[in-house]
Amino acid sequence: MAYVLTEEQQMLSDSARDLFKAAPVALVRELRDQDNEVGYSQDLWKEMVEMGLNGLLVSEENGGMDFGWRGMGVILEECGRTLSNSPVLTTAVAAHIIDRYGSEEQKAMLTEIITGGKSITIALRSTSRMSADECIVTADGDHYLLSGTKQMVANANTADYILLSALSDGVEQYYLIENSDAVQVETERYMDSRMYSRLSFDSVKLSQSALVGVAKAQRAIATTLISGLNALLSAELLGLMTEAFERTVGYLKERRQFGVLIGSFQALQHRAADLYSEIELVKSIVIKALDALDDGDPIATAYCSMAKAKASKIAQLATNEGVQMYGGIGMTDDEEIGFFMKRARVAAEQFGSMSYHADRFARLSSY
Amino acid sequence: MSLEDFRKEVIDFIEANCAESMRQPMVKESDTYWGGRNATFQNEDQERWFTAMAERGWTTPTWPKEYGGGGLSKAEAKILKQEMDKRKCRPPLLSFGIWMLGPALLQFGSEEQRQQYLPDIIQGKTRWCQGYSEPGAGSDLAGLQTSAISDGDHYIVNGQKVWTSYGDKADMIFALVRTDQSVKKQMGITFLLVDMDTEGVSTQPIKLISGKSPFCETFFDNVRVPKANVIGEENAGWTVAKYLLTHERSAISSAVDADMLTPLSYYAKNSIGVDETGVLKDSILRSDIVEWEIDAAAFKFTLERINEEMKAGQAIGAKSSFMKYYGSELNKRKYELRLQVEGADGLVWDGERTNEGKVARQFCRTKGNSIEGGTSEVQLNIISKHILGLPS
Repeated sequence: MAYVLTEEQQMLSDSARDLFKAAPVALVRELRDQDNEVGYSQDLWKEMVEMGLNGLLVSEENGGMDFGWRGMGVILEECGRTLSNSPVLTTAVAAHIIDRYGSEEQKAMLTEIITGGKSITIALRSTSRMSADECIVTADGDHYLLSGTKQMVANANTADYILLSALSDGVEQYYLIENSDAVQVETERYMDSRMYSRLSFDSVKLSQSALVGVAKAQRAIATTLISGLNALLSAELLGLMTEAFERTVGYLKERRQFGVLIGSFQALQHRAADLYSEIELVKSIVIKALDALDDGDPIATAYCSMAKAKASKIAQLATNEGVQMYGGIGMTDDEEIGFFMKRARVAAEQFGSMSYHADRFARLSSY
Repeated sequence: MSLEDFRKEVIDFIEANCAESMRQPMVKESDTYWGGRNATFQNEDQERWFTAMAERGWTTPTWPKEYGGGGLSKAEAKILKQEMDKRKCRPPLLSFGIWMLGPALLQFGSEEQRQQYLPDIIQGKTRWCQGYSEPGAGSDLAGLQTSAISDGDHYIVNGQKVWTSYGDKADMIFALVRTDQSVKKQMGITFLLVDMDTEGVSTQPIKLISGKSPFCETFFDNVRVPKANVIGEENAGWTVAKYLLTHERSAISSAVDADMLTPLSYYAKNSIGVDETGVLKDSILRSDIVEWEIDAAAFKFTLERINEEMKAGQAIGAKSSFMKYYGSELNKRKYELRLQVEGADGLVWDGERTNEGKVARQFCRTKGNSIEGGTSEVQLNIISKHILGLPS
């Protein structure tokens, strides 16, 4: 493992950058202004599927590209730069879980996910505070019954499948279910112009084959999901904050007040230099977390939570500084810096808040 | 010789020359050896370890053999360091000559000057100190006023330096002096070597807020210095000084790094305790500690990353300013938290129980981290200008 990208990863990064060029922040605005019910561009999604991005974390044996977490991180970083929304994060991670732990029947679904563009959303514990799950599974003859609620489930209004956790006899288990009419989906637009849903399950019938992995694998699945999703969100936040920062520094070099460029003011220079330093730290911890996942190193659990806590905090700082340094224009909807601030807040909350991850790191460090 | 054979040779050498007592942490001042005209060894073990290393030139493993250095390749030097680290060997010689002046001499000195000074640095015969800052030239270093007036083949030096570490113990000083008042301030500076025994040189120790300190004030009163002691060209000393400061900055940030990962939470658990679920009892302090530990780890990874990028051929440039800035601020934060973690015991100033108030004194000392070697504000200026390209 190394901090510098391999040639292969660099090529992936370049083609992702080209792809997302076609989906600039303006597209996010357009979808929002159209009150688009999907919340992302289906054309872009098609292109992402064609690139095989849903299979980046899937073994070649099961039709994937096996690019690893670092490779997937490169994609998310580019998504972060353009604020591009799509179901790729949850679909690729869910595909990885199926590839590693799924039954033969579930593995057979991978083709239509990777090449057919079926999408999967993921619902971890019921809220972003990640306290105990409120979804309960009980056995009922030859099937299960699922009851409870989930909050803030991304793209659930369009997802074909849902990978979710629920308690069975007090033990957290993972199920892959169809997003059928039996699931009540209440969808709302969030601050980042994306669609999130509250899911309610009222004795929804699940077949026994919905369980992902054997009983012993459930803890490993939970760890992989929490760590992997958050490492990738951290990569997205890294791209987001880097772009916001570069735009802000660019603005400091063109905006004139009092007859001079505002970038010549030390009050702003020092804040920009401090922010530069913090972003350098985020870059390192994100790489470290993704590499540790690829190495199967148990320390990944700690690194991923460290990355999410740090990236969330600095994305907050970078976007706040962005709005402030743009001044009045930064408060207007016409200027794009505000979009970065809004996405940063939502991404920070997804799959475990900043304080949840800080606490998780501390517990893993035995304090 | 193959690297494997070399490693074997190193191990044999260490086992033969580095006594057990030279593999203990350095606690007291006398545990360190700085060399110089008036140096004495603490004991035979220290003398044997130093002498053996100096004979091979391994006090400076990669410096050229022609000046008495080790002449080792990078790979060999790495092996030597690995094996010494593994056995916790003390550095045989601490020296500003090795860390600062030597690299500058190798870069800017004449052949004659290298012949004259490098062997004595390597053999620990000359102890050097640095004369940069002045009472009126701290952050604005280029504003220094210590003057060197030409007088035949000599200069007459007058003025005062401050923060000269171990000035009272050094044999020689490498100093920045003003040789031209009429030009832009950076253009009239010369890098000059002065023997501390010359008539008119005197020193005065400085007591810091932490108690004792190695720092001195150094005074020059009509001191005659040969012009042959100029490194580089007359009036071109600023270039040498900047080169040397880059070395100092990375030295400070890596010194901070060594101690950086001693978990604060370890001390906190000892002094505050944990509840039945293993969580630290002071939840507000706990969240500050978490934040610090994440930053400390991320900073360590960043140093690794920059190191890797440098090896891949990227220039470090102004990144040393980022390292200096973040590393010293991190160390200050650490001791601010450490003081809270220790509670009353952290405030004791004297006495054996607290190792002479070690925490309280170190806390005070860390306040200087963001001042020495260029203040945090100066580092932020450098980042703004040279990395972000913000206008002046």
